[in-house]
Amino acid sequence: MRHALSIEPTPTSLPRAADPAAPYLEITDLWKAYGDFVALRDISLSIARGEFICFLGPSGCGKTTLLRAVAGLDLQSQGTILQGGRNISTLPASSRDYGIVFQSYALFPNLTIEQNIAFGLENTGRSKAAVASRVSELLETVGLSAHGKKYPAQLSGGQQQRIALARAIAISPGLLLLDEPLSALDAKVRVHLRHEIKALQRKLGVTTIMVTHDQEEALAMADRIVVMNHGIIEQVGSPTEIYRYPETLFVADFIGETNQFPARVVRGGEVEIGHSAFCCATDGFAAGQAATAVVRPVDIIPHGAHAHAVNAIDRPATPQNLIDAEVREMEFLGMFWRTRLTAPRLGERTLVADFSVNAVRRLSIETGGVIQVEIPRERLLLYPRSA
Amino acid sequence: MAIALETAHPPLAGKHLRQQTSRDDRIKLGFMAVIGLYLVIALGAPLFVMLSKSLSTYRFDLTAYEFQVSDGTGANWGPVVTADALNRQAGAVAEADLSTNSDGRLAATKFFPEFSFRSPVNYRIRGVDEDAAFLVGSTLEKGTAWREYDSGTFRRVVLRPARTIGLENFSNYFSTPALAQSIYNSVLMAAISTVVTVSIAFALAYGLTRSCMPLKGLFRGILTIPILVPSLLPGIALVYLFGNQGVFKDWLLGYSIYGPIGIVIGSVFFTLPHAFLIILTALSVADARHYEAAASLKASKWRTFRTVTVPGARYGIVSAAFVVFTLVITDFGLPKVIGGQYGMLAVDIYKQVIGQQNFEMGAVVSVILLVPAVLAFAVDRRMQKRQVALLSARAVPYAPKPNVRVDAPCFAFACLVSLFILGMIAMCQVAAVVKFWPYDLTLTTKNFAFDLMDGGGWAAYGNSIRLALLTALFGSLVVFAGAYMVEKADGFRFGRGLFHFLAMMPMAVPGMVLGLAYIFFFNNPANPLNPIYGTMTILVVCTVTHFYTVAHLTALTALKQMDPEFESVAASLKQPFHRLFFRVTVPVCLPAILNIAIYLFVNAMTTVSAVVFLYATDTKLASVAVLNMDDAGDIAPAAAMGMMIFYTNVAAKLIHALIARGLLARTQAWR
Ligand SMILES: Nc1ncnc2c1ncn2[C@@H]1O[C@H](COP(=O)(O)OP(=O)(O)OP(=O)(O)O)[C@@H](O)[C@H]1O
Ligand SMILES: [Mg+2]
Repeated sequence: MRHALSIEPTPTSLPRAADPAAPYLEITDLWKAYGDFVALRDISLSIARGEFICFLGPSGCGKTTLLRAVAGLDLQSQGTILQGGRNISTLPASSRDYGIVFQSYALFPNLTIEQNIAFGLENTGRSKAAVASRVSELLETVGLSAHGKKYPAQLSGGQQQRIALARAIAISPGLLLLDEPLSALDAKVRVHLRHEIKALQRKLGVTTIMVTHDQEEALAMADRIVVMNHGIIEQVGSPTEIYRYPETLFVADFIGETNQFPARVVRGGEVEIGHSAFCCATDGFAAGQAATAVVRPVDIIPHGAHAHAVNAIDRPATPQNLIDAEVREMEFLGMFWRTRLTAPRLGERTLVADFSVNAVRRLSIETGGVIQVEIPRERLLLYPRSA
Repeated sequence: MAIALETAHPPLAGKHLRQQTSRDDRIKLGFMAVIGLYLVIALGAPLFVMLSKSLSTYRFDLTAYEFQVSDGTGANWGPVVTADALNRQAGAVAEADLSTNSDGRLAATKFFPEFSFRSPVNYRIRGVDEDAAFLVGSTLEKGTAWREYDSGTFRRVVLRPARTIGLENFSNYFSTPALAQSIYNSVLMAAISTVVTVSIAFALAYGLTRSCMPLKGLFRGILTIPILVPSLLPGIALVYLFGNQGVFKDWLLGYSIYGPIGIVIGSVFFTLPHAFLIILTALSVADARHYEAAASLKASKWRTFRTVTVPGARYGIVSAAFVVFTLVITDFGLPKVIGGQYGMLAVDIYKQVIGQQNFEMGAVVSVILLVPAVLAFAVDRRMQKRQVALLSARAVPYAPKPNVRVDAPCFAFACLVSLFILGMIAMCQVAAVVKFWPYDLTLTTKNFAFDLMDGGGWAAYGNSIRLALLTALFGSLVVFAGAYMVEKADGFRFGRGLFHFLAMMPMAVPGMVLGLAYIFFFNNPANPLNPIYGTMTILVVCTVTHFYTVAHLTALTALKQMDPEFESVAASLKQPFHRLFFRVTVPVCLPAILNIAIYLFVNAMTTVSAVVFLYATDTKLASVAVLNMDDAGDIAPAAAMGMMIFYTNVAAKLIHALIARGLLARTQAWR
């Protein structure tokens, strides 16, 4: 979450690795059913050459299923997959072009690290010397040159992970598939390896799909994130897009934190929350329609007790969406303060807001005090309310 | 996206995609077909033939044949008469003698008392329908066309019986009091032995897992000794101990060891290791947390035992009970040696087939014998399925604390049972090396001069070793490859399920039923596999099949412990599956493969029940020799041969342990 914050977003600065007109991997109308249970519904997705894509979603949403369909390990029920212009929809796994790293790493326990990495290189017409030099090159790439003669069980989890990665990229595949490669590691190693994998991917320029249910991981690593839920794609976009402009309530809720209020559209540009009206974009909503209004805790702007004084300095003359709120609880979380506010205008519900340490000091915000806060018009998001 | 969610019925009704098969897939499919075919030939087909045999009855249908006889010129024919009418006139064949077996033959000349093979009289014969068959010499004739023979040829005309399908054999069996009685006897013996064995096994397993008694490893070793000897051996030991010349004969208070008493004691001896190992496993996985909970609730020892220990091991106990019951009811060697006049089902088959050559009746008894075994097997399978769910992954093993009041009785009991086992073996050992127990205790090697006795001599021992080695080698190969296909080949779900079912079946098929089924199937000249009948090959095939299930499960367990993604990784690296198989799967599973090999070896050395129907003069076996020498009254040599089997198995176990250590140290450095 904080990662996204550090990148100040502008809707135009979307990182795109290659020409979107010629996707490297193209999935069209893909379905997967296990008996009566539909695990993937009508998935369509284009991935450009060299892109780093994350499949992100809660447990059981079908991420692994989609990845395995791409790999040819679990054939989809319907749908086509094109890779580099070749129709691979029904090809057996061994005829496709990819390397894969599993959550368990699946390193061969009875082979040394070198033999593991060499497994895909032998038997391919390469000379012994060529294989050996490629292996040592790969070992160097993942920084484990000293461990070539050891067995997997003698390495730490993070080292095993890197060996699995080296084995997967040894055959220079066109596509790298990673199924939760970091989830078996502890937090420190995870963050470290995140950067390593990302750097390696950039260096090799290999198109990569990584499955994860860790949003922080996805936000930090991906060029584009595919947010999935219950077998469908909820949204595809860059980390900042996903974070700033979630297209569905699910995405808003799943990525980062939210305040959610039941709301009703009064007229174009105006909604009613609790007992009062707020300004926000209402495109696509009819007057009188029920909706859920969402605002992120970090987007709430504190104005202190004397709003007009602040207004005079850095806000338009008539600030919109200003409310008075009482500070009920404050919790110091190191980089910022998390506060719980109640405001008569919002009804019974608590509003969670994150304020910078700086702002809290400057505005003398304290438990029990009454402050004025702003819910910025463009940060108040509206989603259809399901019955 | 929201639209997709609302499409409640996806366009999935159409055809699902099918993956193109890779070369690997085709090879695997071929392999599976080959091994599946092996199981069909080695198990399915013989059992089917046997079942159909048990439902078949054969009878000469005299109304189905018509004859005409010429006068002395050979040209003028008399009236057409049926064989039935002729028979009634001549009274040649009694009504009861018309029932026969599949090989039955009835000479046509019997109906013509005045027949003389030098006479100029000619004979005509035909069937009234297409099925009536007769042989002229060895040529089969069928049908309603008249056939004409001179008297010299007519002498060689024999009628063949007609086959009818029905339960007649079964009703015959059940109306024979002595035979039906043996069902009751077998069930009774099996039930008593089960109760006794399971109780003893439970007490021992309890002592080994829940007490701190000393010498646990030693007891464990002693308790598995009976697996290394044929089930005949405890019978022989009992004869020496309590038989007519037995030293402890008086202990039986006038009752005879030949009969129920001997059967139960002997059965307990040879089934104990099986029950013990099953219950030991069940108790070993018990969860320490349950005991801690019971302790914190201040439950008394007895209550803890009743409410925690017994329910935890319940599945093990039930499973052990079924195994013991099946072993006893289908065992044949022990009652043969010690059963006396007490009729048992398994011995009945032997007598029917070997003694009276009544194959149909043998098939009937086999089918009856299949019933309890299949039942036991089905219940056991269900139990094991639930047992798996019972075991939580986070179970904490229970570590007992020293307590003299528990440890001392446990130790004493283990000593007592060990004494019983070692005593039986020691008795055979002594009997094997003395001149005439118990009267002349001079040491001698004459009992090992097997070549002087009937039974096969040292050649039989050599054959047994050959059989055991071949079974271990060929069996481990087939079993492991088969289990690999079941576990690791994806797709072919139906084929794999069927294969697994076939692999589980031998557990439910008693050895002698299998042996008999083999006779029916392979000893048929029409079967292209007939040439293997009477060879070492059929003995190996039969033994591998007989012990297939346990070996299959062992292999499956080892394979299940491998990461299921190895195959996916190999495919992504474009490596053929056999490279993965030989580089990774086999080396990692080597300990399990060695265990399968030694299991097959030991069992091939001791087995009697299936092979007793299949051996030929040049493929006599040591275990069968024990049986035959005992039958001939050469009891001491029988004991000596039994001990030879025992020594061999002990040696094999030692070599196995050595190989396992040496080889594993090299190939399993990663452990
Ligand atoms: N072989 C199978 N048979 C039946 N259902 C399956 C099978 N494999 C997966 N599913 C179901 O399909 C859904 C998607 O599974 P999948 O493994 O793709 O989830 P995931 O998103 O990877 O979750 P996680 O984060 O827990 O790994 C789940 O509800 C799962 O229960
Ligand atoms: Mg998954």
